[in-house]
Amino acid sequence: MWHIIVTSTPQIFWAGIKFTIPLAVISFVIGFIIAVGTALVRISTPKGNSVTRSLWRLLKWFLSFYVWLFRSTPLLVQLFIIFFGLPNAGIQFSAFTAGIITFSLNTGAYCSETIRGAISSIPESQWEAAYSIGMTYRQVLFRIIFPQALRVALPPLSNSFIGLVKDTSLASSITILEMFMVSQQITAKNYEPLLMYTIVAVIYALFCSVLTILQHYLEKRTSRYVKVAGE
Amino acid sequence: MIRLDHVDKQYMDHHALDDINVTFEDNQTTVILGPSGAGKSTLLRSLNLLEQPQSGIYQIGDEKIDFSKELSTKLVLRVRQLTGMVFQSWNLFPHLTIMQNITEGPIYVLKQSKKLAEARALQLLQQVGLEEAKDRYPSQLSGGQQQRISICRALAMDPEYILFDEPTSALDPELEAQVLRVLLDLAKMKQSMVVVTHNIEFARRVADKIVFLENGKIEFDGTVDEFFNHPTDRIHEFLTGMQF
Ligand SMILES: Nc1ncnc2c1ncn2[C@@H]1O[C@H](COP(=O)(O)OP(=O)(O)OP(=O)(O)O)[C@@H](O)[C@H]1O
Ligand SMILES: [Mg+2]
Repeated sequence: MWHIIVTSTPQIFWAGIKFTIPLAVISFVIGFIIAVGTALVRISTPKGNSVTRSLWRLLKWFLSFYVWLFRSTPLLVQLFIIFFGLPNAGIQFSAFTAGIITFSLNTGAYCSETIRGAISSIPESQWEAAYSIGMTYRQVLFRIIFPQALRVALPPLSNSFIGLVKDTSLASSITILEMFMVSQQITAKNYEPLLMYTIVAVIYALFCSVLTILQHYLEKRTSRYVKVAGE
Repeated sequence: MIRLDHVDKQYMDHHALDDINVTFEDNQTTVILGPSGAGKSTLLRSLNLLEQPQSGIYQIGDEKIDFSKELSTKLVLRVRQLTGMVFQSWNLFPHLTIMQNITEGPIYVLKQSKKLAEARALQLLQQVGLEEAKDRYPSQLSGGQQQRISICRALAMDPEYILFDEPTSALDPELEAQVLRVLLDLAKMKQSMVVVTHNIEFARRVADKIVFLENGKIEFDGTVDEFFNHPTDRIHEFLTGMQF
């Protein structure tokens, strides 16, 4: 048994380094950017002439639709549509690209709601105080609102990130050789499902623990200014 | 000088400002009095362009604004720099230190160097007796201290006018006194100010001129002496109502 652990653990871990972590990190970064953009458009009020206002409204409607779509359908189904389904429509991606696209869009949809909520949780009076000293919309957003909203959004964003790391196991079903896929393959040879799936579970837990530690560190950093009850 | 001509602001079915014609002189303190819901905050917020009335002309310094037109961002930002705003609930930026709260505008709006902005901030902090608080966060200060910091934040932008919207209504009497002393100092230094307050005694002491607002209309615009010593029936009733 010891021999099995020593030989298969590095294989599974390596699959994590090669696929699981890149899938999760790249998708989260892209998803986060999508989320911020989506949230900002959705909280904005259309301005300008009637044409730009209509286009803006259309964009808002489209983004609401996107968020609804990705939150209301299973991730596994999304993966299947993008990897196995789209080729029928003439759009073909490699498995890894299909994974990145699906995970990014899925994370983006969830995180955009987190960020939208966090921004709305900052009182209107903060916007007014910043505007009253002559700051522009961008300045108010980046210097006053985002730093405060980030503190609020950090725990739910971390949840999403940790969820994403675990959800990458679904990528095995679209032929990506990530950790879970590799542990399945090894199990098929050595008939040790309990051992193999326990090993892969421990490695997932390890990756997620690193994220949890990172979360606590960031929470401390972004909360320096807050009086915490009991302190 | 600030001058408003025929300024009208409506919310849905409510006339918050109803044909306002008034001037606020330079180097003077104008106190705005009036019952709750009279439109005092709406008036101040219109001067800072946090609200835009539907119609009327607003002149401030060399700028002339027609409220019935869409205002350019540039003009809005310019007018906001001319009019510092101090809010009832001070609204400091909680994630910034006291020093950063005061230098935020000078550095990022006025594009001053950090060094210059901090030197000026320190001077303002001394003026309100809070220089030792510069590295603290707002949550570590009392309400009265926070309000004095928010006055510094407004002053740091070197505005022509400072608008105070009930700056002490959220404070205990002792803390209120600390803030009112700062206002009296500013008045002595001939800072142009418009102050909304419910503190009648303070109004009497600080005002060069009093404006009485009710139901969105200006019911009185004159000297302190006239207001207190020769009140109309309505003002008499208002003043009596403020006593107990
Ligand atoms: N955003 C808004 N939407 C609708 N009505 C509003 C809005 N802001 C103010 N009002 C109404 O306009 C009127 C004037 O409000 P304003 O806040 O200017 O009064 P105020 O004189 O400052 O009163 P207070 O002494 O209570 O602060 C009130 O009747 C208020 O209900
Ligand atoms: Mg008010």
